[in-house]
Amino acid sequence: MESKSRLQILEKIRQNRPSEGPALPENIHFEPNFDDLALKFADTLGLIGGTAVFAPDFAFIAEDLRLVFPGAQQIVHGIAALSLVGIHPETITDPHDLALADLAILPGQLGVAESAAIWLDETNFGGHRVLPFIAQHLAIVLERKNLVHNLHAAYAQVNAAATGFGLWLAGPSKTADIEQAMVIGAHGARSLRVYLLG
Amino acid sequence: MSKHAQAADIFNLDEARVDWHDESLWFMRQKRDKAAWSLPEWEALRNLASTIKDHSLAHLDDYWLVFEKKAEANGIQIHWAADAQEHNQIVLDILRQNDLHRIVKSKSMLTEECHLNPFLEKNGIEVIDTDLGERIVQMRDEPPSHIVMPAIHLKREDVGITFHQHLGTDEGATDPQYLTEAARQHLREKFIQAEAAITGVNFAIAETGGFVVCTNEGNADMGAHLAKIHIACMGLEKIIPKMAHLGVFLRLLARSATGQPITTYSSHFHAPREGQQMHLVIVDNGRTTQLGRADFRNSLKCIRCGACFNTCPVYRRSGGHSYHTAVGGPIGIILAPNIDMKANADLPFASTLCGSCTNVCPVKIDIHDQIWKWRQVVVAEGYVETGKKKGIQLMNYVLSHPKVYRLMGKIGRRVLRLAPFLANNGLNPWYKHREMPTAPAESFREWYLKNGAHGIKK
Repeated sequence: MESKSRLQILEKIRQNRPSEGPALPENIHFEPNFDDLALKFADTLGLIGGTAVFAPDFAFIAEDLRLVFPGAQQIVHGIAALSLVGIHPETITDPHDLALADLAILPGQLGVAESAAIWLDETNFGGHRVLPFIAQHLAIVLERKNLVHNLHAAYAQVNAAATGFGLWLAGPSKTADIEQAMVIGAHGARSLRVYLLG
Repeated sequence: MSKHAQAADIFNLDEARVDWHDESLWFMRQKRDKAAWSLPEWEALRNLASTIKDHSLAHLDDYWLVFEKKAEANGIQIHWAADAQEHNQIVLDILRQNDLHRIVKSKSMLTEECHLNPFLEKNGIEVIDTDLGERIVQMRDEPPSHIVMPAIHLKREDVGITFHQHLGTDEGATDPQYLTEAARQHLREKFIQAEAAITGVNFAIAETGGFVVCTNEGNADMGAHLAKIHIACMGLEKIIPKMAHLGVFLRLLARSATGQPITTYSSHFHAPREGQQMHLVIVDNGRTTQLGRADFRNSLKCIRCGACFNTCPVYRRSGGHSYHTAVGGPIGIILAPNIDMKANADLPFASTLCGSCTNVCPVKIDIHDQIWKWRQVVVAEGYVETGKKKGIQLMNYVLSHPKVYRLMGKIGRRVLRLAPFLANNGLNPWYKHREMPTAPAESFREWYLKNGAHGIKK
């Protein structure tokens, strides 16, 4: 947007910026330091309040979810291979309706062992960006082969600008704003269960 | 007495509470240490982060032009604000043009700096802060006391009373789990009803024209993805060249802030969702002036992790409100005089210059050096209180005149020996928390004149 302030600000930057700065670091890379990516991922996830489950196949995942969430009324997922009754997110028109979701199950694209962060973008949410936040509980299916050591390796693989919205998701929603007491389930998911598949 | 010292005095009336505050923050510092030491490349990452920021500041206009083109192509509407007033007006105009009244806001220190909430309220628009800590202090009509933990100065009993008054929780309830659940229910309702969401920004990425917002609670996302309009507000220093650089910054940010490996949600916004408007307000408010101050430019590298607060011996014992500015702590000391030197002239003196802030800073800002430099600027500009000014002038006179210095030393030693009550009383600020030393019979110079030369010769 063309405005007076825009031109003035850019001009003032030109006048005041240092005449030279250091060269931009390129190809940032640090040697991997974990023997077993899946174990490291599972350990880290445990430390930040989530649960990792090693899953041989989708049948195992469906069974485990039935056991862990026996009372879940509304399950939202669009994973074809998962034989679990659920509402496909694409069939939902108003994202506010997702406030009733007890459980959302989403496919994760890539996992970072060091921080237990998982990359997801809006193609994984059936078009509803709010889904991973608004559902009471969240489960993510991540293929074990899609694990990397650290964020540098992760950004080399993920195109984070491929869609209008994507995120690193690490653990359930949490807060320590009341006297630093850790409470899981602030505004987002009250729990996160990650299935490491394969 | 300076504003900071007065406020710190009030904070220190309750000694047990100060000890608790001190220990709470030191606990965060320890968590940060543990997280930092878990990475062998920690120092290399700090160097990289510092270099990327130095490079970005030297090419700030170029990167903004690249960003702007990309972001507009992505469908993000860009606004430029020269100062706080223009920023607030832009936000108000967007809300009015779209006839929006129900607003939720996630944490943004920039909007605190611009005093956006009171401005919107004056114009009849209510804003609900959605970060739990911010919501607590908003209900209490207080400013945040820490940039990462806004309610760190409060005990669970305080929160219990506030929630009982505002949310109807049980009287006397203090369980954080219970209180957080009450806030969750209360704010869910606000998220569902919200028409517009205001968020801060942690990083803008020039290469892709997108921006990243980091939270642990998920409040920024709950707001932004449900509301018809998302307004993100940011200072113009927060741009980085490439997406890959986030690998460096996101590994440092949460570890420095709370000792977590990464924040729960690191959300990358590149385009509005279908039917939504996404606005980005880029704010100067003195930053381009700071860019031109070679001694203080470095402060613009700050990623607002709060590590310098947690480690600061003064902050831990004086509390966030003693800094009387949106961003307090050591980093606030070097940012605030640039915005208003007169009003914040006391802040550079609220430091021991111990250098701990500099040592923990993930982007290697020379914070304590800048505090020392600000003292010189503030004195040169004549913004120190008379008492301090006279004291410094007197000290300058004494230290530059050896004969006077010797005489004063003699008098001082004699007073401390013969009439200690003249120094050991409430009128002497140095006596407040310490005993004055026992004075030696003679100065080193006197001793040297008697023995020194003699001893060396023989």
